[in-house]
Amino acid sequence: MTSTPASASFDPAAVSAPALEMRGITKRYPGVVANDRIDLVVRPGEIHALLGENGAGKSTLMNILYGLARPDEGQILLDGAEVKISGPADAISRGISMVHQHFMLVPVLTVAENILLGAETMANPVFLDRVEARRRIRELGARFGFEMDPDAKVATLSVGWQQRVEILKALYRQARILVLDEPTAVLTPQETEEIFAVLKRLAAEGHSIIFISHKLYEVLEIADRITVIRRGRVVGSRTPAETNEGDLAEMMVGREVQLTIDRGESHPGKSVLEVRGLHVADDRASEIVRGIDLQVRTGEILGIAGVAGNGQDELVEALVGLRRPTAGQIQLGGRDVAGHTPRQMNEAGVAYVPADRHRFGLVLPFSIADNVVLTSYYRVPFTHGPIRDEGEIESAAEQAIAAYDIRTPSATARAATLSGGNQQKLVVAREFSRELALLVLDQPTRGLDVGSIEFIHRQVLAKRDAGTAILLVSAELDEILELSDRIAVMYRGQLVATVDGRSADKYEIGLLMATGGRERTAELAEAAAADSGVTP
Amino acid sequence: MDGLINGLYGIPLLGILVQFVGYIVHIVPDISPLLLQAATPLALGALCGVICERSGVVNIGIEGTMLASAFVAWIVGVTVAPLLPADPSPIFGITPTLLIALVAALLTALLISLVHAWLSITVRADQIISGTIINIAAFGVTGYLFQLIEKGSPTSAGAFTAFTPPSQLVQIPLVGWIFNMFLNQGPIAMSVIVIVIVMQVLLFRSRWGLRTRAVGEHPRAAETVGIDVVRLRYRNVLAGGLLAGLAGAFLTMEASNSFQTAMTQGRGFIALAAMIIGRWTPLGALGAALLFSSSQAIAQSITFAPPGGDLGTILTAIPAQGYDMLPYLVTIIVVAGLIGRSIPPAADGQPYEREAAT
Repeated sequence: MTSTPASASFDPAAVSAPALEMRGITKRYPGVVANDRIDLVVRPGEIHALLGENGAGKSTLMNILYGLARPDEGQILLDGAEVKISGPADAISRGISMVHQHFMLVPVLTVAENILLGAETMANPVFLDRVEARRRIRELGARFGFEMDPDAKVATLSVGWQQRVEILKALYRQARILVLDEPTAVLTPQETEEIFAVLKRLAAEGHSIIFISHKLYEVLEIADRITVIRRGRVVGSRTPAETNEGDLAEMMVGREVQLTIDRGESHPGKSVLEVRGLHVADDRASEIVRGIDLQVRTGEILGIAGVAGNGQDELVEALVGLRRPTAGQIQLGGRDVAGHTPRQMNEAGVAYVPADRHRFGLVLPFSIADNVVLTSYYRVPFTHGPIRDEGEIESAAEQAIAAYDIRTPSATARAATLSGGNQQKLVVAREFSRELALLVLDQPTRGLDVGSIEFIHRQVLAKRDAGTAILLVSAELDEILELSDRIAVMYRGQLVATVDGRSADKYEIGLLMATGGRERTAELAEAAAADSGVTP
Repeated sequence: MDGLINGLYGIPLLGILVQFVGYIVHIVPDISPLLLQAATPLALGALCGVICERSGVVNIGIEGTMLASAFVAWIVGVTVAPLLPADPSPIFGITPTLLIALVAALLTALLISLVHAWLSITVRADQIISGTIINIAAFGVTGYLFQLIEKGSPTSAGAFTAFTPPSQLVQIPLVGWIFNMFLNQGPIAMSVIVIVIVMQVLLFRSRWGLRTRAVGEHPRAAETVGIDVVRLRYRNVLAGGLLAGLAGAFLTMEASNSFQTAMTQGRGFIALAAMIIGRWTPLGALGAALLFSSSQAIAQSITFAPPGGDLGTILTAIPAQGYDMLPYLVTIIVVAGLIGRSIPPAADGQPYEREAAT
């Protein structure tokens, strides 16, 4: 990664007046102080990273800037003049735009319609000027180095392109201050670099960018200045030159953290899961998993990398019995289990941590205890005949709470009252605390803070060392790289390559995720040609 | 030519089909104005549905809104008729009484829609229940009041009359019946065509249309670009109400000149089916309404003037109730066949809660 901030042509320090200044912003919610006298200064042409864990107060601060929340105390100054921002429309009219982490795009509308929405270019008081809008969108795209088709439906675009639509949306509104909330969370490394190039061009033109992230290396690469927030307070502000990943992590968490855990040696044994020629259809009955062969052995982690929507969800659902395959074999310990029900799979020793803990992992209105026995409530010792044994259920819950460090007042508290990290620990506690043959993990740490991620990764490695076969699916490439013994890349319903997890190259995998390897072959050929040119 | 057709008629099975097509071609010119008349309340109701649901509010109270407006149009008409001059204008038979009755019907619909909007947008109540309340209340209140009032009052305040298109236009071979269908109509039926086209264009080409579609699909996205989701939904539900009110007025002021208990006969619900078949587009809704009304008209023709020959023998063997069923049967078949591919707006029926701006 090259890392000279591209705003060199526009030296932020040379400009005196800040584009944005937030002074002593305080916001209290019942029971918590979300922002405690926060100061933030952003200069024109500066990329300013806001770093902090989930719940540290970054989002609250940005919602205040965008008019979605009102501060209890403090001032906001734009170009040195104090302003009161009454809502998103007001923020936009003052040149502030926000790219939300979950894109605020309407999938069924076109690129042009999404960009126009709320800032319509009109041909007359009633009708839109679609010709002029298309022209301006093409022009803006070209200015920042990409070619945007204004008539493409947003639903057909990749996330990287949807992000560009969001950025164009801001530019179309002539935003001078652009807030990006975790813009790289769902991108491949290549897409990330492309977006960074766009952001650097924007900064070079004098736009101010507030970049929210928890990826330390990215922040160090892109930002001119980094402000770290912890528990609603600013704990420090640094330039990339003054700091490093370890230092930033410590500021963020408040203690020393091990950023990469030592995964240790793995000792793969006999094959547990064998999948051959698996085909699975999605909800619209079109085939989305198209001929997958894979094998997972005891004591190893197979990571499946891929851009979301390439069939990973359906593959996982087929493996845990939630979806019936249209063709192919799934063998567990030599027995064909394709088409078995989730309960049969569960009883055969398959555990499953789903990507969406709210929809699939937990019953939120139920107590922690009921969630702990969700897959075993019908069996002895939790049930005798038709009668539940509340004592056994409660003691199982108490054990899980103690063993997995779930922070809760009691086992009878509803699962909905737990924080995200503790909810995920609850899912992990239920799925991990029994004899397992196969563990299927689908984005097991999505949306969690650094501390919870570290905890869950340790539990996964402990299961591996205990001889469980583990299949890990994640859109977070870093997570795959950190844990997997082997990495398979999924692209359009097929596994296009399998590489060794310890020697894998992040960029090569990113390229495979984005293109399925077609461009890779071209690139390798190019590299080979270049090599033959320089080697004697 | 006749010889050829007679020859075709003689072929078993296929012949019957050819006879049927021949019969349809024969009757359609005569019944063509009826097709649009029967389709009018359905199309207007469906447009009400389109405008509400495109912005994310389900409105199953169309039936009740229509019924209440029909009743108010009638009662206001018979009340003011004795007080006002009654010489109808040459075109459409417009009288001051009718205009006042029309305005009263529209105001009624507006009021009912305001209740639905308030319940489903501000209170965030269940929209199905809100619509059901409107239907039940309208049925009960109009039925009760009608019984009370009916005895002592005149039954009619007159009705709009149909425009008579020039006969040269209507008699053009092959296409004359189309002119007859759209022009041999009263003012409300004739306005349907205009409303459908205007709405179709506005929905897909105007600022209002873009915002409506965005709010019905992803209200949060609309709010983040500064659109007032609540206000837009209120406006759309009220505008939709006007269309349902127009449909109600049509029933007592144009299709007939009096009120009957429960005279909407489920048209508000057929309208919802037309909206779905038409995939939430105005043109599609009109097409679906015409499909329904034409199956109804053909069924009636067969009952009253059955074709001769083998076809007549077969068709008259089916009891009349079978033909009464036909339009509903067609609706069920079309809905069942198309609904899988007909996708509602993503946020349809979901109350919107603003991000807390405290």
